[in-house]
Amino acid sequence: MTTSFINARLFDPSQRIDEKGSIVAEGGKILDILKDKKADVGKIFDLKGQTLVPGFIDLHVHFREPGHEHKETIATGTRSAAAGGFSTVCCMPNTNPVNDSSFVTQYIMEKVHKFGVVRVHPVGAISQNLEGKTMAAIHGMIEGGCIALSDDGKCVMNAYLMRKTMEYLTSYNIPIIEHCEDEHLVGQGVMNEGLVSSQIGLRGIPHAAEDVIVSRDISLSAHTGSRLHLAHLSSKGAVESLAHAKARGLHVTGEVTPHHLLLTDESLRSYNTYFKMAPPLRTENDRKALVDALRSGVIDCIATDHAPHSEEDKDVEFENAANGVVGLETAFAVCHRLVENKELSLERLVESLTFSPAKSFGFSDRGQLKKGYLADFAIIDLNKSWKIESSRFFSKSRNTPFEGWNVKGKITSTIVGGNEIFNSEKGICVD
Amino acid sequence: MNLQGRSLLDISDLSREEIIFLIDQAKILKSKQKDDSPIFMGKSVALLFFEPSTRTRTSFEMAAMRTGVRALNLDFNQSSAQKGETIFDTAKNIEALKPNAMVIRHYGSGIPLLISKQIKIPVINAGDGFHAHPTQALLDAFTMIEALGDLKNRQVLIVGDIAHSRVARSNIQCLRLLGAKVTVCGPPTLIPPLATELGVKVSHNLDRSIPEADVVMALRMQTERQNSFQVPSLKEYSTRFGITSERAKAIKDTAILMHPGPINRGVEMTSSVLRDPRSLVMGQVENGVIMRTVLLREILGLGK
Repeated sequence: MTTSFINARLFDPSQRIDEKGSIVAEGGKILDILKDKKADVGKIFDLKGQTLVPGFIDLHVHFREPGHEHKETIATGTRSAAAGGFSTVCCMPNTNPVNDSSFVTQYIMEKVHKFGVVRVHPVGAISQNLEGKTMAAIHGMIEGGCIALSDDGKCVMNAYLMRKTMEYLTSYNIPIIEHCEDEHLVGQGVMNEGLVSSQIGLRGIPHAAEDVIVSRDISLSAHTGSRLHLAHLSSKGAVESLAHAKARGLHVTGEVTPHHLLLTDESLRSYNTYFKMAPPLRTENDRKALVDALRSGVIDCIATDHAPHSEEDKDVEFENAANGVVGLETAFAVCHRLVENKELSLERLVESLTFSPAKSFGFSDRGQLKKGYLADFAIIDLNKSWKIESSRFFSKSRNTPFEGWNVKGKITSTIVGGNEIFNSEKGICVD
Repeated sequence: MNLQGRSLLDISDLSREEIIFLIDQAKILKSKQKDDSPIFMGKSVALLFFEPSTRTRTSFEMAAMRTGVRALNLDFNQSSAQKGETIFDTAKNIEALKPNAMVIRHYGSGIPLLISKQIKIPVINAGDGFHAHPTQALLDAFTMIEALGDLKNRQVLIVGDIAHSRVARSNIQCLRLLGAKVTVCGPPTLIPPLATELGVKVSHNLDRSIPEADVVMALRMQTERQNSFQVPSLKEYSTRFGITSERAKAIKDTAILMHPGPINRGVEMTSSVLRDPRSLVMGQVENGVIMRTVLLREILGLGK
């Protein structure tokens, strides 16, 4: 099938493309890019001047299937992704059972084929059952479709296991993703350790909990030559280590979440558990360092760490509340506020959701507007203001820290393989 | 001053003038030879304790008795959570019994605040996690003013486990409002991060700090809240930070000694120091009932 996307503002900062034009998609791929011209082949999709960017890529989501289907499923999670402009997501292995073998990988892939509406690439576990003791069944998972390994949610505390897994992975050339939090330093901590924790009496998690693991893993990456991807960076010190590693030419990349870019531990004064996550929200000083690092490219990309939780998991004492927030449907709009506040350029924002994550994980068929690439697009009305209301989410869960925010920049359509999957007026087009 | 219908979750809920008003009321009540016989006015207060407590709970019970208020004593000891009910559902259920106020003690910081947002009656925080214990701070300020008069520029030394102490946090707020200079003293592991930004001086040397103090307040080593990496041993702690009769010699004659209890004798204070005429530890307990009587009277609007 051929589709022409016409009257678009084609926007791909990785190639310095920002002009009016059309794109022709055929067989799920980009057939042609017509700058300043109107295409008229096949089905016509008139963008009426809206911005067309490569489909967003999220390297870090939790879809909870198998095992926690009351929080999210692959069906609801991929719909949530589509509503946020994401055409590719990578789902973390901390399901039940854990994705630590080809069996679970196959189960996830089957669900994706049956119920998914965007592209899903599973991340396999580093260790069996995320216990941090012995290596998971790596070969089968990679054969089955896993594109990276991680014990995300848990930090690999045994440095020797980390070293050996990194070494082993060099024969596959896929990255290892670390959740950088030393569990002894985290202890019973539930928020950033600082002035706010001292005032409101919640146990703190020091910056050092993240920084020591970042430094350790960079050393191990240098030693083994393995690709290392640092998940959801939160601290200024970690960013400095990442910058140093990049200056040394190491294969290290990093991501940051929208909530760490927009929020600080000041939000915790309300004791609202929707601001509880791991790693925790830190100080304004850290937030600024994260934005600076994203701007300069030290941090490669934005990843949501979309972590759905039921109301029952959140509506309890702060100490007992689950960690994490949903993020797919709000990511672009809340990060667009950084553009409005002149902290980040629109170019870098889009790049960090498209080209940069593709490059971090080695996707060579997406993330840019190029002939032959997948016809995956997000279509954005940059001037549209809207209010974040979790009751309208496609996700099964409602745990957003951005409830009630008035934001600007709306995903009006998401295209996967040339087909419109999501439309902000019609909802999910394939349902 | 009108405190009727208001919650008391944290010292920051009160102005300086309101604190002084409450202390003045406490002085008046204490000066009365005997109580006016309280008349039961049909008011009740629910005491929700989700953490073991003897002193604070009985203090509120006595205060209720002296105000003619029926105390509904609910000792949960974390059991409702075990039955699967959330703390907020528990609180809403108790509210449906129609008490006029709720007194809440909980092991989690912020719980009284979160409950107060979900119910309509006033909530009095009787201690939450290591966040706040405002009624303790008020009775402590009352005790200090009674002994020393105006607290402006008085030196208050708080010794011990500051990091895990709601008493310390509320006392620091209250004492700063009243113009006192607060120093917290303990090993670095038991001082909260960035403590100086709370408006206090930090000392790790008790012997150097003790001679300047007008008030020496020792806090309990809260071993149940600490993990095992705070101090090498309680013995070592008491060697450095315990108030022994030897150290008590360095305390000013005019100074007072306090402890919110319960005391680990021989750890924070020795028995002989407890018997020291400058010790007002029992006075604090007595004043606790008086301050809480005043608070219940004002919050429930029970006249004078």
